[in-house]
Amino acid sequence: MHELSITQGLVDAVLDRTGERTVTAVNLRIGPLSGVLADAVRFCFDVAAAGTPLAGARLQIDEPQGRGRCRSCQDEFNLSDLILLCPCGSADVEVLSGRELMLMSVEVA
Amino acid sequence: MCTTCGCGDEAGTRISNLAGELQTPGQGHPHSHTDEHGGTYTHEHADSHTHAASNDHADMSGHADGHHHAAAGSETIVLEQNLLAKNDLLAATNRGWLAGRGVRAFNVMSSPGAGKTTLLVRTLTELGGHLEAGVIEGDQETSLDADRIRATGRPVIQINTGAGCHLDADMLRHGLDALDPEPGSTVFIENVGNLVCPALFDLGETAKVVIVSVTEGDDKPQKYPHMFMAADLVIVNKSDLLPYVDFDVDECLRRIRQINPRAEFLTLSAATGEGLAAWYGWLDGATSPPAAPTSGTAGSEPLTGALTKAH
Repeated sequence: MHELSITQGLVDAVLDRTGERTVTAVNLRIGPLSGVLADAVRFCFDVAAAGTPLAGARLQIDEPQGRGRCRSCQDEFNLSDLILLCPCGSADVEVLSGRELMLMSVEVA
Repeated sequence: MCTTCGCGDEAGTRISNLAGELQTPGQGHPHSHTDEHGGTYTHEHADSHTHAASNDHADMSGHADGHHHAAAGSETIVLEQNLLAKNDLLAATNRGWLAGRGVRAFNVMSSPGAGKTTLLVRTLTELGGHLEAGVIEGDQETSLDADRIRATGRPVIQINTGAGCHLDADMLRHGLDALDPEPGSTVFIENVGNLVCPALFDLGETAKVVIVSVTEGDDKPQKYPHMFMAADLVIVNKSDLLPYVDFDVDECLRRIRQINPRAEFLTLSAATGEGLAAWYGWLDGATSPPAAPTSGTAGSEPLTGALTKAH
């Protein structure tokens, strides 16, 4: 359950910037290849935010599609996991997106 | 509940001293980390977490231009930072601390029972004085592993994470402070037995060593890709049991290669000693971190020479 400590780190990172101002929304971007489950972060967020100026803030998580490019056939395709295999059979695949684990922005009152 | 590592109020992170007495890290810690923003990165595991709302970061953080003023009095602050940024910053601090002392640190990870402690005990025993090394043990509870290491006569620090499932860079920081390794020595970090969470947390180590035992199955790399992707060295342990289990070493290597083409790969048995020479050879080859001079490491004789003497 590393999402709990990551979510706590998220709350700390926001508070570092916003101090005592009330935070109304937090915008994240979490890719499917990041090793972090967006649903688990949602589950942990209320616990981590409780008792802080983030309590009750809306959590919006942008979940971009994982995309890869085959270095052999140059084809681009969707990646749902870290088994990097092109439909052509090549495993020489460059991950274009999906590893994002970002705190994008926050909205404060 | 402490939400930093998931530990309960009564089960916060505890770090032993060299004598094995458990302590809770506190503010009186000799090495607190102050960054350029003026924030002090001490990781407190008291019952309540107070977050320094008085930290004045706005002017020095370089993000001041990221403020966008929206209508209706609300404001959007653009941050665009990695969620693991804080851990990564502490890991970078650890990396510098280790490099400055020429200390190599190996983060040893596996599922519970794959043989991390057995391999370390055998390594420390066989290499004896040829490898000046200390150990930082991470477990949820007990000092059983630290006791096994201490029996080899080597310095050891136990970190109990309580309910936590991994070591993070801040815990390693406290562990290094308590261990106080000699310049030029080696530190083995035995992470909490877990193939999931430790993969994401950079500790600032020199290399990540992942152990998979033959009783676990050769499909582990695909089931836990993040861990095997992070590995610098993958060790297949318990090779003495290969005749009795359905584990294909070549198939395991193929699956690792698919996820991580750069990882090195060794097969050995920490119980019988089979294949250990290659492990000692790897330790020898990985002797110095890039920033440290080779002459600063323990002994000039190859570690494999020590193995020959041990047998």
